[in-house]
Amino acid sequence: MNFLTPATEGLRGLGRATLFLLTILAAIPGALLRPRLIIQQIYSVGNLSLIIIIISGSFIGMVLALQGYRTLVNFGAASSLGVLVALSIVRELGPVVTGLLFAGRAGTALAAEIGLMKATDQLAGMEMMAVDPIKRVIAPRFIAGLIAMPLLVSIFSMMAIGIAGGHAIGVELLGVDDGSYWSQINQSMHGGDIRDMLIKSSVFGLAISWIAVYQGYHAAPTSEGVSRATTSTVVVSSLAILALDFVLTAFMFR
Amino acid sequence: MNPDTSDTLVRVRSLRFAFGPRVIYDGIDIDIVRGKVTAILGPSGTGKTTLLRLIGGQWKPSSGSIEFDGIDVHAQSRSELFELRKRMGLLFQSGALLTDLTVFENVAFPLREHTKLPESMIRDLVLMKLEAVGLRGAAALYPEQISGGMARRVALARAIALEPEMIMYDEPFTGQDPISMGVLVRLIRGLNQALGLTSVIVTHDVEDVLKIADYVYVISGGKVLDHGTPDEIRNSKSALVSQFLNGEADGPVSFHYKSATTYEQDLMAGRA
Repeated sequence: MNFLTPATEGLRGLGRATLFLLTILAAIPGALLRPRLIIQQIYSVGNLSLIIIIISGSFIGMVLALQGYRTLVNFGAASSLGVLVALSIVRELGPVVTGLLFAGRAGTALAAEIGLMKATDQLAGMEMMAVDPIKRVIAPRFIAGLIAMPLLVSIFSMMAIGIAGGHAIGVELLGVDDGSYWSQINQSMHGGDIRDMLIKSSVFGLAISWIAVYQGYHAAPTSEGVSRATTSTVVVSSLAILALDFVLTAFMFR
Repeated sequence: MNPDTSDTLVRVRSLRFAFGPRVIYDGIDIDIVRGKVTAILGPSGTGKTTLLRLIGGQWKPSSGSIEFDGIDVHAQSRSELFELRKRMGLLFQSGALLTDLTVFENVAFPLREHTKLPESMIRDLVLMKLEAVGLRGAAALYPEQISGGMARRVALARAIALEPEMIMYDEPFTGQDPISMGVLVRLIRGLNQALGLTSVIVTHDVEDVLKIADYVYVISGGKVLDHGTPDEIRNSKSALVSQFLNGEADGPVSFHYKSATTYEQDLMAGRA
């Protein structure tokens, strides 16, 4: 039955990826003993993603404030602008948009780097030097992705709600009262919202890092193979983020 | 003449290996004698590099066995295999240098990974290895700043950093200018003697390798066609060995890749 072939292939791929994840998890204790490698990778996937995260967070906060103000002002509820911006960002847009940006900036970089290391025999060379590439190359990058994502989501959210985002447009430009903006956020947003944001961002971080290192490590050792791996990282990560967001949201707001 | 197998370091027996339907090795026997330079010759695509990866345990044979110092390479667990690999080095055709590290750090890499030597000792060892390959002055350069020949010499310095018993060279002379080639040939022979290494050179550069090899295997079509000392190989009666050594375009190894249809059939098929 032909229609079964893609499904079987998909299941096989998922099985391989799961086994790969288990191998990485087994290598994590060893990788944690060498924090310098992890810090280098946090710089690479985290710090180097900061510019895009800060700029995107600011613009999304500004757009939300503009759109929200136009609607809220009709109901005389412009003072609730802060709540609208904050809850939209913390509950949904922060983790999801940061995840999509992280997949595009850091995920592709990870997949391409690992794919090229494979294509140029660097991974095989390590194996022949009795150095396990999973411990030395893959696990530190995976851990860095896990750590960087929640931090980037937090920065994205801060930029979108305050500083140059929603606050700049709502309070400085449109004249919403500064006190109302912050006090309404303070009243309506709870610790649970922050917790849920961090859970979502950690899950997305795990998914993106897993997909990126898997695609890179299993890329065909050719230029086309590396190109496919980077494209697949963005496509699969983006779909995974949206699907996981739905599942997590359904559980969090039952 | 058979090699002196009383001191064999690598023993390959009845090795079979295939990529899908394509049979690369169909039951070959090879002995790599300790302390000698053994050359594996053969036309491109005969699986010479594959043999090195099989010996290094990166790939598994379909059947047969490969023993390194009496240890069955493919019966080892992953951690045991890594221990075994500390006793052998593989010099990849590309050099396989880590591109984000300097020449110095590349050579220091195995020392940092496998020893707890103080930094001052690592520095001295790395400089000694780089001096041995004539590249101490290039220590601060990155792989993209050095030539292909230099990259192979750096890879050689890295391969000898842990002082292995055996080094396998994958096409070390390909794409080298005459000076680089001469340097590499001299280095391989010199290091083999100075460090008491066992060397395996996989190549199709016949003349250069015959100058330094102690024993030669010629493989093609999944079989060992001939083996012996360089002089015995030069005087081989095998038509294929003769074609290979003399660089003839046609002979037992056909100029044309095997096709299921004839030339005429292919041309006529387009008119149907």
